Amino acid sequence: MSKQRTAAIVNGDPVEFLSDPGQTLLDVLRDELHLTGSKEGCGSGDCGACSVIMDGRLVCSCLVLAAEVEGCRVQTIEGLSTGSTLHPLQQKFLDHAALQCGFCTPGILMASKALLDANPDPTESEARYWLAGNLCRCTGYDKIIKAVLDTAAELRQDRKSA
Amino acid sequence: MAQLSYLSPSSVDDAVKALSGASARALSGGTDLLVQVRSGRAKPDHIVDLKRIPGLIGIRAENGGFIIGSATCGAMLSEHATLSKIWPGIVEAANLIGSTQIQGRASLAGNLCNASPAADSVPALITARTTCVIAGPAGTREAAVESIVTGPGKTSLAAGEFVVAFKLPPRGPKASDAYLRMIPRTEMDIAVAGAAVSLALDADGVCTSAFVALGAVAPTALLVADAGQALIGSRLEASALTRMEEAVRAACQPISDKRGTADYRTKIAAVLAHRAAVIAWNRAKEQA
Repeated sequence: MSKQRTAAIVNGDPVEFLSDPGQTLLDVLRDELHLTGSKEGCGSGDCGACSVIMDGRLVCSCLVLAAEVEGCRVQTIEGLSTGSTLHPLQQKFLDHAALQCGFCTPGILMASKALLDANPDPTESEARYWLAGNLCRCTGYDKIIKAVLDTAAELRQDRKSA
Repeated sequence: MAQLSYLSPSSVDDAVKALSGASARALSGGTDLLVQVRSGRAKPDHIVDLKRIPGLIGIRAENGGFIIGSATCGAMLSEHATLSKIWPGIVEAANLIGSTQIQGRASLAGNLCNASPAADSVPALITARTTCVIAGPAGTREAAVESIVTGPGKTSLAAGEFVVAFKLPPRGPKASDAYLRMIPRTEMDIAVAGAAVSLALDADGVCTSAFVALGAVAPTALLVADAGQALIGSRLEASALTRMEEAVRAACQPISDKRGTADYRTKIAAVLAHRAAVIAWNRAKEQA
């Protein structure tokens, strides 16, 4: 079994890694690149804890083989803040207490970012359907949805005044 | 997975060669295959990623119809305004599959060739009279989409064959389609039953052609010719819809399982077909 060399852009930085053919993007992010923010919940694409943005699309990194990301741009939770300044979504999640144990939070933040990138003014219903693939067993979702909609409103306001 | 290898051919010919091997599986979105490999249900020696082949991802208009690359993901279908306008039933069916994350990966060919009786996109592809373009060791052939799945987890594709593209036929005016499925919640579930209807109307709203297909009520998705026939010549009057529902129920041969009993599936398939027909008819009237 020979390892394959793959080159990609992760959070803006060019990276190269070796992987076994059966290794997933999630395995490589966590074990090779030591980006352990993306979590493994189910490993079958049901829970969304491993969500990352790949070439602009939200995906479960447990359902992408590492070798599939050759030449792709991958954004993970580690690239969401700017230095020590939190992304508005991260700040709103804190303000609204939209997390408890935090295991689902990196995936939900990346899914929420993908939502607001695609739709700056989602309805509550749109936000709930968009996030239906991200399971949270603590919050009951309500605070998460409020945090996402509040962030969207703030970003729209920022854009207007900019 | 000691001997597993990953190949990403950049041409159809190379992919055919790679897939002709002893135990090779085609990879498009991976949302079924990688789960099966991980659980040990599938034990391929080679995973052949088709997405680097030019044309496998994308939608283009051709000869009045559309060619959809077999690895095109669900999100790309709904982002395509013209396809969504002309084939709303196909797009809504494909978009029911899984979450946002799954929509960013899962493909029509994967949904078809995974060969689940409950695959949401398949009834809608059937009522659209979709043709599959299939590449293989003997060259390229075309086959009706309903001829691909032969039973749960089984297809008519020979070793080395894979679906390259789906061809949607030209669509006249006053024509549309719809797909509905029953699940006991609003999202993220597998169909208890599904029904797709595609209609073409004349200027007076009379059906000139009608196709009805069902999912999750038999080992494969079913094209129910009698059900379509019952709608032709009608404006979906109650008597025509009743005849269509009878034909649907007669065609159903479901199993009873944790998702629903055979009786329930049979009953609900007719209800879904009725409602889908009404939606398709209303959409068709709006089409220029």
